[in-house]
Amino acid sequence: MPKTLFDKIWDSHVVAEGPDSPAVLYIDLHLVHEVTSPQAFDGLRRRRLKVRRADKTLATIDHSIPTTPLDVPIGDALAAAQIKQMETNAAEFGITLHGMNSPHRGIVHVIGPELGRTQPGMTIVCGDSHTATHGAFGALAFGVGTSEVEHVLATQCLLQRKPRTFEVRVDGKLSKGVSAKDIILALIAKIGIGGGTGHVFEYTGEAIRGLTMEERMTICNMSIEGGARAGLVAPDQVTLEYLHGREFAPAGPAWDRAVARWTRLPTDEGAVYDRSMTLDASALEPMITYGTNPGMGMKITDRVPMPESLKDASQKAALEKALAYMGLRPGQSLLGHKVDVVFIGSCTNSRISDLRLAASVLKGRRVSEGTRVLIVPGSQDVKKQAEQEGLDQVFKQAGAEWREAGCSMCIAMNGDQLQPGQYAVSTSNRNFEGRQGKGGRTFLASPLTAAAAAIQGRITDVRTML
Amino acid sequence: MAQFTALRSRIVSLPVNDIDTDQIIPARFLKATDKQGMGDHLFADWRYNPDGSPKADFILNRKEGQGAQILLAGDNFGCGSSREHAPWALTAFGFRAVISTSFADIFRNNALKNGLLPIVVDEATHQMLFDLAAEVPDAELSVDLASQTLAFPHGSVTFPIDPFNKTCLLNGVDELGYLMGFEKDIAAFEARQA
Repeated sequence: MPKTLFDKIWDSHVVAEGPDSPAVLYIDLHLVHEVTSPQAFDGLRRRRLKVRRADKTLATIDHSIPTTPLDVPIGDALAAAQIKQMETNAAEFGITLHGMNSPHRGIVHVIGPELGRTQPGMTIVCGDSHTATHGAFGALAFGVGTSEVEHVLATQCLLQRKPRTFEVRVDGKLSKGVSAKDIILALIAKIGIGGGTGHVFEYTGEAIRGLTMEERMTICNMSIEGGARAGLVAPDQVTLEYLHGREFAPAGPAWDRAVARWTRLPTDEGAVYDRSMTLDASALEPMITYGTNPGMGMKITDRVPMPESLKDASQKAALEKALAYMGLRPGQSLLGHKVDVVFIGSCTNSRISDLRLAASVLKGRRVSEGTRVLIVPGSQDVKKQAEQEGLDQVFKQAGAEWREAGCSMCIAMNGDQLQPGQYAVSTSNRNFEGRQGKGGRTFLASPLTAAAAAIQGRITDVRTML
Repeated sequence: MAQFTALRSRIVSLPVNDIDTDQIIPARFLKATDKQGMGDHLFADWRYNPDGSPKADFILNRKEGQGAQILLAGDNFGCGSSREHAPWALTAFGFRAVISTSFADIFRNNALKNGLLPIVVDEATHQMLFDLAAEVPDAELSVDLASQTLAFPHGSVTFPIDPFNKTCLLNGVDELGYLMGFEKDIAAFEARQA
């Protein structure tokens, strides 16, 4: 029977399965960070358990770490204690940690792929919902809670019910100024933030095939914002070229064997998905969100929707509540709207290609007076690469802040945050109330659109600047 | 794990769709390395003024919010991040069940591991319960997990639950202990994979 990519990965990782119980699913790679793991390690200690496969576990520090220079001590005592706890736990349980001084430290979803740890056909989990990112390699990757972090540390397995499959085919070609971020924001605007609940997306079609690995990661990353715990892209030549030669990618004869395995992963001809939908990439424009969840998005040239246009009373109330929080009027255009802060970073858009896109707009221009611009690379390796290419100089000369790696203002745990009432254009993944700082108001957009807002100090259609 | 069999309680009504985990517990409270005190941070940005005083009109600060164990929320409850701090905060405050038309996948998994029962009802029942909460603020609901029944003053409905999760909740089964029972299968799987 023809199988989907998802079915193949799932079936090859089921350790045991009873008729009335969930599958025991084997996990090939467990990524760990400081925020969602301390209580799990405590659980291991209480039960006197070891980490079953430290070799399949990789830790980093990303969420609560400052992005100010590394020689400045951490001012936040709670963050400092949490980071110290991660170091203690990694040492005690024998886990590799890319800690404060590691040259490979960075956002967990940036370093996994960068180091070659993320590979096609794997199952990957992390106590972080954006684990979906790794699906770009054709790996089944999803976020779990702290109890499940403990389960995987102890057994390298999880109890899971099989999710349903949902093909998202993206046909056509993207126009100039429109990027991977706009594809995923358009998808979520169409299906809503609960549209993929219970499903795993597989992104297929000409537009997806034409994307680089970093662009595919941007799309898979936000699968969770459409309600799907995971998103997949079948591995192809682009995947192989990205992986070849990376530190932990197979080498020599092992590479050839791996490639033979990976080549069998793509969905078979005739395999059936539980649901399917199609987007036309050529019809897409730069996207921006206007509300307080990622599904409240529109083309940047559109107008904010009118609550009375919605039939469902609870949806109408949700839109009214969102617009009140955002300080926006129904029917208004966002073009020209004032922007206080621009944040370019996060596991969605902090890779070298994202920084190159931002630099292409910022080069030779000055950031608008009164607009704060933070550019936060996804990892110390991305930072190094950007500096080798001189991008840091482009950013600094434009008047932007060039920071150390971390999650930073995406989750506002580390001191990088909006002030109440401030407006930000952000390349991150969530515009929930207070996500980037209590009372802060977020417009989600692509790195190109964020860079355009940085220069103009206002929401701008980047196509007018290219 | 905390056992769940039955409960009878008033409801806290929060008729807001898509309540995300950043609202349930904002990220700035995730720097803890233990589970203590999470209940104080539940819905922090909706519940407290900037000076830290309680907002008088928010339901958890009103009389109806005190001692209730059932939260009635809008569609798609618990979307967003994977933070298990969300069910920790809800249970620490005293909630044992959340009623909605749908739950985000990761939140549902996390809730079930903490003895917090996610109850899915259809849209008509959902609306009827919101109306009931508005008209009779001290109305009580009963939840019986064994029969999967949610009873209200003028009737009852049954709700779905995964049979495995049901067994775990009814008996307070420790999922990690259960999983460790597969040690031989796991070792055999690893031997095949190597």
